[in-house]
Formats: sequence, structure tokens, C-alpha cells
Amino acid sequence: MFTEEKKNSQIFQDSNHLLPKSELEVSNIIKEAYKKKFPIDIHGANTKKFIGYNVQAAKSLDLSSINGIIEYLPEELYIKVKPGTLMEDVESALEKNNQELSFEPTDFGYIDNGISNKGTVGGCVACNFAGSRRFKSGSVRDFVLGFRGVNGKGDIIKSGGTVVKNVTGYDLSKLVSGSFGTLVALTEITLKISAKKPSQNTIVIYENDPKVISDLFQKVLSSSNEISGAVFIPDEPQNKKFDLNKSKAFKFNDLDQEGSFFALRVEGDKNSIKERIKDISNELDLKKFKTSNLDPHQSPLFWKSVNSLQLFSETKNNLLRAVVPPANCEKVMKDLKNKFKYFIDWSGSLFWIEVAGKDDDKLKEIKKMILQNNGYLTIIKKSEDFDFSEKIFTIDDTKLMISKKIKESFDPKGIFNPGKMYKDF
Amino acid sequence: MSEIALPKVDRVTVSKKDIIVSSLKNFTSSENVLSELDEIKPYETDALAAYKNLPLAVVLPENTKEVSEILKYCHQENIKVIPRGAGTGLSGGALPLNDAIILGLGKFNKILDIDFDNKCVVTQPGVTNLSITHAVKHKGYYYAPDPSSQLACSIGGNVAENSGGVHSLKYGTTTNNILGVEMVMMDGTICKLGGKTLDQEGYDLLGLICGSEGLLGVITEITVKILKNPQTVKAALIGFPTIEDGGNCVTDIISNGIVPAGMEIMDKALIDATEKFVHAGYPMDAEVLMIVELDGTKSEVDELFKKIKEIAEKNKSNSFKLSKSEKERLGFWSGRKAAFPACGAMAPDYYCMDGTIPRGKLSVILKEISRLSKKYNLAVANGFHAGDGNLHPLILFDGSDKEQLRRTEEFGAEILKACVRMGGALSGEHGIGIEKRELMCEAFNDIDIQQQLNIKKCLDEKNLLNPGKVYPILRKCAEEGRVHVHRGEEKFPDLPRF
Repeated sequence: MFTEEKKNSQIFQDSNHLLPKSELEVSNIIKEAYKKKFPIDIHGANTKKFIGYNVQAAKSLDLSSINGIIEYLPEELYIKVKPGTLMEDVESALEKNNQELSFEPTDFGYIDNGISNKGTVGGCVACNFAGSRRFKSGSVRDFVLGFRGVNGKGDIIKSGGTVVKNVTGYDLSKLVSGSFGTLVALTEITLKISAKKPSQNTIVIYENDPKVISDLFQKVLSSSNEISGAVFIPDEPQNKKFDLNKSKAFKFNDLDQEGSFFALRVEGDKNSIKERIKDISNELDLKKFKTSNLDPHQSPLFWKSVNSLQLFSETKNNLLRAVVPPANCEKVMKDLKNKFKYFIDWSGSLFWIEVAGKDDDKLKEIKKMILQNNGYLTIIKKSEDFDFSEKIFTIDDTKLMISKKIKESFDPKGIFNPGKMYKDF
Repeated sequence: MSEIALPKVDRVTVSKKDIIVSSLKNFTSSENVLSELDEIKPYETDALAAYKNLPLAVVLPENTKEVSEILKYCHQENIKVIPRGAGTGLSGGALPLNDAIILGLGKFNKILDIDFDNKCVVTQPGVTNLSITHAVKHKGYYYAPDPSSQLACSIGGNVAENSGGVHSLKYGTTTNNILGVEMVMMDGTICKLGGKTLDQEGYDLLGLICGSEGLLGVITEITVKILKNPQTVKAALIGFPTIEDGGNCVTDIISNGIVPAGMEIMDKALIDATEKFVHAGYPMDAEVLMIVELDGTKSEVDELFKKIKEIAEKNKSNSFKLSKSEKERLGFWSGRKAAFPACGAMAPDYYCMDGTIPRGKLSVILKEISRLSKKYNLAVANGFHAGDGNLHPLILFDGSDKEQLRRTEEFGAEILKACVRMGGALSGEHGIGIEKRELMCEAFNDIDIQQQLNIKKCLDEKNLLNPGKVYPILRKCAEEGRVHVHRGEEKFPDLPRF
């Protein structure tokens, strides 16, 4: 026991970049950190490192070497993986069985350095950012069936399992999803997987009027045609402050008109797609608009571009993510006007907004407007020379108080990613 | 049923009953405070009726402020509180304690806001699950989770137990279908979690509360998502000659990328029982009967049923009947939905179990249940939400026979242990309550449970809210390790153990 402890202590002291290979090593490292009350920066592939406050920790706990698929049972609709497994590897394994992760993980690679990088499964769960299918299928947290991980004392804990229906104790999978590595160092994650639809088409509607766009989103949400994606991509402001990426990010043969556009996705077998499109044409009164149709080859690439935020590729500006109730979409659009570069996803609920400059007031103004619209706002990426006075995540005092206690229950000495989400803990 | 260990009764609280009752009347109208035996007797049990216990008093507040004041008072005075919805829970989650007050949410029975633009309904917790659908169906919407008790069970109880139902295979359980709650913590603090937006920022406290069985807070308002009715819904009845064939067919349907809206399996005993009870027209030559329901566009539903028929034939199905009308579809379900009363007609009592297994283990668990049925000499009928591996064996017994009672409990516990061994869970949708509390150690070790208890402390530091539920109190999978309890005499009886 003594030699083991000595060894752990040695590993911990020797390096600032700790790269464990197993759950046990993670546990031993954390036990050491707990003993010494030494803050550590927990991460995977670092593809979302810019989200949140900078962590003040001399040592980093890199989980990327704990990787690999532990168990993949297509017929049971789950995959159990280690946290450092690349999202790409999971998706290609699922693809072989015509399966997928229905929540469409957001790819933050482009906004960082212009190259696709979905990072690791651990990172994806820790950040809980779902893509365009969210309003129909759910968020990342809805697909985490269970996990194993190490808490801030070095204890190995687990919750949930591999089955969808499970009411055995508190659902810690939900708490861990979106906790940005502040509660648990994940060591094993079980995700629910879904059958991939055989085909898809995207209808593009060329339109710019906020009222009309908002109505279209409403009709999508009221449709029984299982529309699985609805976005609005407005024209970019002709302003030196913003890069013009739209025509490059959405370059498709059949996206052949200039200007702002609305797009919706229909998935299924070919006959059902045909049937649905016919019905949607009536529901949305499509004959009133200029439209085009992205075929099953162009459609997946279009949504890939949406979900990898290519509109903001390599941006040096600030990037905000705001979520509002869908009925408030029009109000938010009218407020943003053409002053900012933005697009709308989740059929009117999710706004990605790029804000140029160092002016804190502008950001405060947007945040105030989002809160007035009963939404919340996250600062995803900060421009390098901008020192925000605004909080990165939106939270009220009561929830902050509960969150602080929850944090302490997992990590009593506050050693996991201290200050990452909130300045106080 | 048999004796169940409950937290030590606080005699001081019991002795102060009169003061407590009169104090409670300061926070709500006096007719909302019940303390006479004939008034509190109806609250002595929930739908796990074998366990009964009288509360100190019952209070039925009418608004959030009253709930907050009552909880604040109880927190200050160290009085235990058991929240209660419609009392339809099957795991004893609302079982009273002699030194606790029941906080009934029955007067929270109004739908507050039907917001078609945001596709949600804001409701009080005492509203029944089905009333939400009734309130929105005129515009073609519905609320997806549909526990079998939906006519009576409250939406607040659904949140507490993360209820599922027949359609959770495609549409998820409660946790996937709520957007926000208003909750009162044990110290009286009111908090709002989520709202009308998708997801919430920061720790997913809404996800934590859902399925927490009334241990973390009292829910006073819920925002649920509503969905548009599907265009076409059809169901098929498929019979199989053996359990294996039926089980394999379930797996094959899923493996072929088909996600039915619902997929149920009934064994021979349940087919016979329900057919006698409601005459649903089930094939009597089948050992196993499957009900598959699909929804979507007409062509999609027809196409997928063709595929399902092929898959069923490959698995030796001996009958296949597709619903031709809405009336016929509902007829197919009438038998399955009458499973409980049908079993009730077959024996003086039945005990409904609830466990989950990986779908592929369906025939294995059915064989194990059949072996146990012989071992304990008790009849059992099996109904499964096969699509998501959720099984509900109904053990038939005579509650007046103590020996049968004991065997029934052991039989049930063995089924659940087998579920955990096969990689499943102790409960799919009924919750742990008092019923499966001691079995938690089968699924979790001391450290896992301690982490959960630490979370409980964050929201209820004095352990006053629904104590004695969910977490073991006999085996103590807690920090201090397992404690051997001899004849109920435990060491440090005053030490709080959550």
C-alpha cells in the first residue's frame, strides 16, 4: 500500500501533464490531488477548451489516452466507450451498422482553426451541445444511459446502466452532462444509439422576412411530418468586422439563389420522404416561395456544414449561443437585425451570434434582450483581447447556490476545473 | 405485506401532534389540515397497498407559497414530510411514517397555460397525465409519456418516478418530455429549473429532480412538451409458438432499424387471463403474443409492417393480424391494458414487478421467471414493454396466507436480482420506493450510494423529505460500510442514515 502511494505521489509530482491509461490511474492521480488539494484541469482533446473561464490549474489531467470502444451492441442500441474515444471513431463504427448518434454532436473544430474536429466522447458529454435534430430527438444528455467516473476524492462511482428505462436512484448521467468536467472525471460512457434513416432531402426556401421565417419555424414545429432540422441562414452583414463565409460554407449545386434562406430536413425511406415533402408543401404553402431541393447527396453535407458552425470558421470575434422559446424567435431576429452575423437552428430556438469588437456593452445588450425573451445565453468563444465583465453562463442565485452544493458533493475540495463555469467554484 | 423497516419514529414529534396540527393551520385553511383517524386513513398507503402506515397528519396546501411555508416550518421543527400525488405509485414511495406529515398535492389540479406556439403546457402537479392530452387534443396535440395508470396518476408523480409507458420506446420517458419545473426545497426555498426553452444551462438540475422519488424537493409546477399527433397509427398482433421466437423477433425488429412506437409482449398466462377478461380476440394458440404499433406517414407505416411481417415469419410466427381501423387498433390494446384487473380476477392478490433487461435477454429472463415460479410454487403472468426491455411480471398470490406473502416477496426479489445480473436495472418506471430499497446494493456499491446520499444532503441536509425511501436502511451501503442488524437492534440508532 505504501509503495503504491509513493508511486502515485511520484507520478503526480513528476509531470504537469498527467496522462493516465486506466480508470485506476485516474483514481490514484485524483486521490493524490485531493490529498494535496491541488487543482487540476481535466480535458480530452481540448477542442472546446475556449468555452468557459480559463482554469487556473498547474496540472492537467488528459483523458485522451483512455480510449476505445468497450462494447457495441447494435441490436441493444447502445455503445459503451472510454472517454478519450474520438467522436469520429464512434460515428464510423455506428455507420457500418447504419446507426448514428441522433443528437448530432456540434463540431467546434472549424471555429477554432478551420478544420473539422469533434473531439472525444467525454468532451461531448461534458459540454452537452446537440445539433440540429435537438428539437425532435433530444440533447446529448438524453442519450447518456450511464457512466463510470472518478469524483473529486478519487472514488470511482457509477450511475445508470445500458438500458433506456432505469429509475434506480438519482439520474447522475444528467448532472454530469454539461458539467464541463467540474463534477467527475469520466472513465466510461454508455450512449443510446439510433437507427440511421435510409435517406434524406432538404428543402431550401429563399426568404428574409422575420415574420415569415418565424411562421415557417412554427409550422415546422406543428407538423406531423417528423421534420428533423430547420434552420435560417441570413445574409451576412456587409461589414469589415465579419468574414464572409456563407457562400463558401453553403456551396451546393442546388442552393442556387442569392440571399438569406430557410432550410428544413426530411428523413426516411424514399417513399415516405416523397409523401412528407408533398404534405409539407401544403402545410408551409411552398408555392408562395422560391425554393430548391437538396438531394440525398447534398443534404447530409449541408447539415454537416450547419452543425460544424462553418459560418464562423476561424472567427476572431466573440461567438454567443442563445436559446429562447421558439415563439420568441421573431422578436430576437428583429432585435439582431442586420447588425450581427448569426444563424438560427432548432426550428427557431437556437441562435448562434457573432459579435465583433471589444465593446462589453453590446454583449450586455444582447444578453439582456435574450433574458427578456425568456432565454439564456452562453459565451462560447471570446475574442483574444476582450475581457468580459459578463458571466459566461446564465444562472440565477438559487440555482447557483444549489449548484455550488452539488459541486461540493462530488468535489469537496474544489480541485476539478476550478472556476471553469462560475467564478465562485 | 410483511414488516418493512422504517426510519426510527421520533417520539418527540409524535407527542407534539396537536401543536403541529394547529401550527399547520396557520399556513393553509384549517379544512386543508387532516388529523382525525377517519380523515388520515385513506392516506395510509399508495398503490403498493400491501404496506400500510398512518401519518401524523395530512396537509393539502393550495399554492406554492403555502407549500413553502409548510416546508420551512417542518424544516425548522425537524418534522418529516412525505410528498404525495395521486397515490398511484407502485413502489411505496408515498408510504407514510408515523412521525411524518403527508403533503398532498391534490389541490394543485389546474392547467395554468396551454402554449401552442411554444408547444408546451404549464401545469400544476396534481393534474392527471391524461388530462394534459385532453386539454390539447382539439388542436391535434398530445403528451407522449403514457403510463398505464394515466387516467389517475398525477403529472407530479410522473416527474417523481420518471414514468414511461407503452410509447417510451420512440418518445422517451418523462425526463425527455419536460422543459421545466418549479420546486420547493425542504427549507422552503422556491426555485425554478428550466422554463420553456430546450435544455438548461449549468448543471442539469431538472434531470436530477426527475426520477428522484420525492426525496429532493416538492414540485409545484411543471412545463411539459406536447407533440403533434402522428398522421397514421396502426398496430399488429403477432403470435409465436415459443418464447424464444418472440424474443428473437423483438431483437430482429430493432436490429433492422425499425423503432416502433410501442412493442409489447405477453406470455401465455397473460393472454389467457386477459382474453377471458375482455375478449380482445387474441390468438389462443400462441405461447407468446406481440403487439407492435407503428406511427408515421401512411406509406411508411405500411412499408414497415411489411418488413415486420417478414421478420416475424422468419421467427416462425403463427399468426399476424394488422389493425384495419382505429377501433380495431384500440381493441388490440384493450387486452394488454386490462392485464392488472385480469390478474386481479384470477387470484386474491397480485404483485406487479418492474425491472429492465437488455432486450436480447428476453427469453432468458422469461425462462428464469418460469423456473422461479415452480420453485416458489406461485403462478405468474408476464407482460413486457419488450421494445425497451421493461418487464412487469405479475405474481399471483393470496395475501391472507403469510407464508405465500413471504414467498411472493422472495420471488419478486429474485426476479429483480436476475435483471441486474443480466445487465438490466431494478426498476424501469415504478421506482425504488420502499419496495426495492434493500436491493439497491445489488446494483450499486457503497461508494456509488454514498455519492447519491451526498447529493440528497445538498437539497435536504436534515433528511426530512421522504426519508426511508430509495436508499437501503437495513444493509447500509453507506460510508460506514455494511452493518449487521440483529433483531432490529442497530448500533447508534440515533445517527441519521439516509
